[in-house]
Parts: sequence; structure tokens; C-alpha cells
Amino acid sequence: MAQSVFAPWDDPEQKPLIQFVNVTKRFGDFTAIDDLTLDIYEKEFFALLGPSGCGKTTMMRMLAGFENPTKGHILLNGKVIDTVPPNKRAVNMMFQSYALFPHLSVWDNIAFGLRRESKDKDAIAARVEEMLRLTRLTKFAKRKPHQISGGQRQRVALARSLAKAPKLLLLDEPLGALDRKLREETQFELMDIQEKTGTTFVIVTHDQEEAMTVASRVAVMDEGRIVQVATPQVIYEAPNSVYVADFIGDVNLIRGTASARPAAPAAETPIAKPAPNAPPPEPETTAAEPATDTQPEPRPQPNALGEWLHDTLLTPILGQRDPGPRALPAPTDEERAAHAETAETPASHAEDIPAGGLQIVWADDKPPLIAANGDEALAGKKVVLALRPEKVGISKTRPDAANAMQGKVIDIAYLGNISTYHVELPGGAMIKAQTANTRRISRRDITWEDDVWLSFTATAGVVLEDVS
Amino acid sequence: MRRAVLIGIPYLWLVALFLVPFLIVLKISLSDIALARPPYMPQLDLSEGLSGLFAFLAELDFENFVFLTQDSLYWKAYLSSLQIAFTATFITLLVGYPIAYGMARAAQEWRPTLLMLVILPFWTSFLIRVYSWMGILSNEGVLNQLLSWLGVIDAPLQILNTNTAVYIGIVYTYLPFMILPIYSALEKMDESLLEAAEDLGCSRLSAFWLVTLPLSKSGVIAGCFLVFIPTLGEFVIPSLLGGSQTLMIGKILWEEFFSNRDWPVASAVAVILLLILIIPIILFQRNEQKQREAEG
Repeated sequence: MAQSVFAPWDDPEQKPLIQFVNVTKRFGDFTAIDDLTLDIYEKEFFALLGPSGCGKTTMMRMLAGFENPTKGHILLNGKVIDTVPPNKRAVNMMFQSYALFPHLSVWDNIAFGLRRESKDKDAIAARVEEMLRLTRLTKFAKRKPHQISGGQRQRVALARSLAKAPKLLLLDEPLGALDRKLREETQFELMDIQEKTGTTFVIVTHDQEEAMTVASRVAVMDEGRIVQVATPQVIYEAPNSVYVADFIGDVNLIRGTASARPAAPAAETPIAKPAPNAPPPEPETTAAEPATDTQPEPRPQPNALGEWLHDTLLTPILGQRDPGPRALPAPTDEERAAHAETAETPASHAEDIPAGGLQIVWADDKPPLIAANGDEALAGKKVVLALRPEKVGISKTRPDAANAMQGKVIDIAYLGNISTYHVELPGGAMIKAQTANTRRISRRDITWEDDVWLSFTATAGVVLEDVS
Repeated sequence: MRRAVLIGIPYLWLVALFLVPFLIVLKISLSDIALARPPYMPQLDLSEGLSGLFAFLAELDFENFVFLTQDSLYWKAYLSSLQIAFTATFITLLVGYPIAYGMARAAQEWRPTLLMLVILPFWTSFLIRVYSWMGILSNEGVLNQLLSWLGVIDAPLQILNTNTAVYIGIVYTYLPFMILPIYSALEKMDESLLEAAEDLGCSRLSAFWLVTLPLSKSGVIAGCFLVFIPTLGEFVIPSLLGGSQTLMIGKILWEEFFSNRDWPVASAVAVILLLILIIPIILFQRNEQKQREAEG
């Protein structure tokens, strides 16, 4: 609940804690950071995510003060800190290698930063004890770093960097050296500590799962630029580019050409008529008919005019929309009674598909895919439909869905909780479909070489412009 | 069986090459000088059996060791050697540390070259290198010529045959022994430790004192012992570069042995020197041991 309330980036009143203003960083000929502007707010858990060499570590090192920007400015609390040396910044860093001082005990490691501020001994001792309690290290205070485990070392590093109560804590791949189980535990611990201390955390990671788990916002980076900054949910469900969709999680990318779908339900009525036909030819007719209806309309029109048309058309459409579908179920019910299961499928899916959006021709001899959430501005362009495997259903019989494709199971990856099916379409394309294994293995019926149906709803995928 | 052989070989080595020679030296140090070949008495004559052995043992005494305490030359030489060794070790450390630090901070591709340059002098005979220092430091030597040509000095500086020349020679000769262990300690150090120290509020200088120096401590200790131990008994450098006033026990030992042909007294000097050296050698071993434990 707190997560949904906490969104300072949507509030224009909020002042960002960290601002990157047109920052460029070059190392010789190599541009590590390219004209980057970014705001990070107080109490955020901000993740910089990207493949190695994308500039995320350079950004962090500029925040810590180990590198200075070549151009542009970095502001902390509204003050320019471009050239402030690291020892004079209210920013602390947790290093990837932890960088614990091997000649000092855990206690002295944590006290190291406090002693530099020449506080009195009692205050230092109290703060160190507090940090030891926070990170559950009290028992190990007297040990040297090489006498404790990797997970404990990680916590010492965290305690040491938090001890000075920095305004901003930087974490450089903090969990990279831990095994999976410990990493998952530590992720929740980090979030817990971040909440308790109220410190702003900026984490650098190449592990998208880690970024999604811990962060309030994620910035996906590529070659010195930020491709998308958004909450994990938006990054995952609504990536703004093929790069982000492909980088975050598993994704099926279906390339094709988009065309607009009719916005008015009137255009959909003819769909119901050929519906009672045999299933395979049916989607083809659905594709053909709206295509001829709509293609001449949006294509020659410029964007602004198209928008205006759309806006003026939308209001009457919305009014008409309700009676439209209501009128449809009546005949389909009759058909349902008359026909077998096959008839049921197209009828009910015609009812579910929202109007508008795009349809994507991805193979000459296959019905186009329907993406009701597609942006009409992409009509006529080469597009990629990004589809998460878990949103693709798999079944042996033709399912009742807006989009259905037939294929053959080539591979099954059984992961225990879920299974991923690699299904080859007749054209040779591979589509991954994921199902939760709610049934015991002996009772599941899909196996290798089976002919199966893949299906997904009209809003399951995200239509993105194909830039490649 | 195999284990016994494996353990036995190094012990056999130590017994044959260290313990036996030491016992011979010890025995000579307990003998008396004699005009004979070898120039000391008594000789062990095993043909007379057990009684001969007892007669031999009865003639051994600590006379030479008592003599060493009576003549101030010897203990002055020991003290002077210690003092020269200490000072020279300290100077070598002051010179060697920055070189090792620079090498460890140099670009990765340069390090093998720099390391090579440090080791390179070992490819030439040590004696030749000391002789060449005589050529550099003498009154008509390269250094004095250069300085007078530059107009820095009017009369040549007397460097050769002074303690200064001895220090120069020792520092020059033993510098690699100081640089290598310090370099190896500094090179192992993770550079992010310094960044961490800076991040936690250290200036560059205090980061050096609080992180770099403590972490190179074992290298510094090893280097100091590696310089101090051979310097204490050094004989070639003080005899070639030092003057008559340069008092070092290695030189005294050589003179007792070859000029005076007093093998028993020379042996007594050597035994005392060995006993003095055992202390730093044990400390050195302990440092190495601690280092291994810290790494393991």
C-alpha cells in the first residue's frame, strides 16, 4: 500500500534530492554518459539497470565523487556538487567488492567513517552498536572481515556505509557475490533497512529481477542513455521500446506490419456473421474485412487531423458502444445451442475484444494479431508485438481468445513452479508460453511434438515500433 | 616411508649444510691458535679412541670469547655494525617504499617492465657493481667531475672511504630486497579500499596512513629484515667503499681470519654474530607465519 502512495516523481511540488542536468561523461573518445537528465527523489529506492558497459557504474561513481562530469551538472539538494571530493559529500557508497578494511575488526570498520568526523567516543560507540543491531552483527563485532561469511561481510559493508547517516546511499551491485537464496533474503532485508532509515538508496545492478524487487523506480540504461524510467510495474507491463521489453524479463517478440483497427463497433458486426464458419478460415475473414474498411481512412491522414477525427468520433462511438455488444449475444446464444464447441469460440471472443487499436500482419498466410491497446500512430509502420510468455496460454483445443496460433511443442523447460513451452509456429518462429504448474506432473497432458494452440487476449501484448 | 623420506630430505640438507659447518666453526672457536696447518689446536685424533676424544674435549675452552669481551674493538664493531645496519635499513625503506608504491600504482602493462628493471642489477656481479661505485664516488670519480663541471663544488668531495659511501653501497645493493616484498604487498591491495576510505571521509593522505600503510606492513617488515640481516655481517661493501674508521664486524672477521690468521678468534666472532642474527631471523619467520595465517 505504501508503495502506491509513495510517488514523489508524479508530484510537481516535490523537489528532487539528486538532479542530473544534461550530464555527459567522456573517457578519451569513449562517451560513457551521453547528455543525461534525471531526477531522483528523497526516500526513493532507485535502481540503475543495464548491461555491463551501459554507463550505470559511471553514473554511480559521479554521484560518489570519484568521477567528475565532462559536461552538465549534478545537484544534491539543489546545490551543484560536480567537483566536491568524495570525502566532503553526504553520500556514502557500498562497494561491489565490499571493500572492507582487512586489518580492522567489524566494529572498527563500521566506526571508520564516524572517527573521521572526530565525534566523541561515546557517540561513536553508540552509533556503531546501533548499526550492529540493525544489521544483526552484534555477535561478530570483534571478528576480522576474513573470519565471517559472505553474507555477513555484505551486511558489514552496508552498516559501514549507513553509519554516517548519509543523505544518499549508493549500492554498487551489492548482492552480486551472494548465492541465490541469500540474495533473495538480503533483497528484502535491504528494503526493510531502507524503509527503517528513510535513506535514499541508489542501486546499480545488471540483475533485472533484483531491480524489480527492491526498487521504487527503475531506470533502464543503454550506451550511456536512459531508455526508460518508471516503476517496475510500468517497466514490465508497458515497456517503451523493444530494448526495454527484451532486457526486462522473458519476452516473445513478434515482428510485423501494423494497421489500424476500426474503432466503431459497427465495423465489428460483420465479424459475427462469418464466425459460425469453421475456425481456421474465420480469423482470416475477420482480418480481411476490417482491413479494407479502415486502411484507407487513417493512412493518408496526418497525425494531428487523425487525432482530431478520432476525438470527434470517439464520443458518439462510446455512446453506441453499449447497445452494440448487447445486441450481439442474442444470436450467439442461439448458435451456441445449435452448434458444437467450435461455434462458441469466435462468437464470444468477438464480444470480448475491445474496439480500436491495431492489428498486426506477421505472416502472409496467417490471420493478423489483434492488439486493442496498440497506439494508432503506429499504423502502417513496422512494429514488434512484445508478449510476455506468462500471458500466452497453451491448449490442445482451439481456445476462446482474440488471438490464436497453432504450433508444435519443441521444448519444455520444467522449472517446478512453472513450465515454459517453446512452441514452433509453421513459419519457423519460436514462441514461449508459460503456465503455472497447478497440477501434479503426471496429470499434465501437453508434451513434446504435440500440436497445440497458443492464445492471448487482445491487450496482452505491447505494440512497439520496430527500430532495428 | 615416502613421508619419512620427504621430511628427511630438507632435514638432511640442513644438517649437512648448516649444522655440521656450524659445529666445526664452534669447535674452532673453542680451540687455541697454533703455528700449524690448520692453524689451531687441538686436533681431534680418533685413532686413540675414547681417551683421545676426552683429551680433545679437555683442551677446549671459552678463552676466545673472554678475549672478545676484553678488547673494546670487538664490541664496538658489533655495536657499530648494528647501528650501520639499522640506519642503512631505514634509508633503504625510505627510498624503497616510494619506488614500490609507484610500481604498484603504475599501469598494469608497465608493471612487468618495472619489476624487470628492479631485478636487472642482479644480472651483473655484485662485486663489479661495488667496484663501479668506487669509480663513481672517488675524488677523481664521475660524481666529483660532474659536480665541479656544474660549478657546485670547488674542491672534490671526499665520499669514498667514508661511512657515507658504505651507506650508499648498502642502500644500492639491498634496495631490490626492500622493494620486492613491499611491492607484492601493495600490488595485492584492492584499490577500492582507498576509495572506500575516501568515501568515508578520509583525505588522500589520511587514507594512506590508515589503509595503505597498515596493509603493506607485512611487506615493510619482510623487506627490513631482508636488508638488515645480510647488512649486519656485510664485509665487501665496508672493505671496498668504507675507510679505516668504518667499523663493521664482517670486516673485522675477515681481517682476523686472513690477516691475523687467528682462526679461533675469527670463529668466535662468527659464532657471536650468528647468535645476534638469530633474533631478527626468528622475528622475520614469525612475521611470515602471521602473514600466511592472515591470508589463509
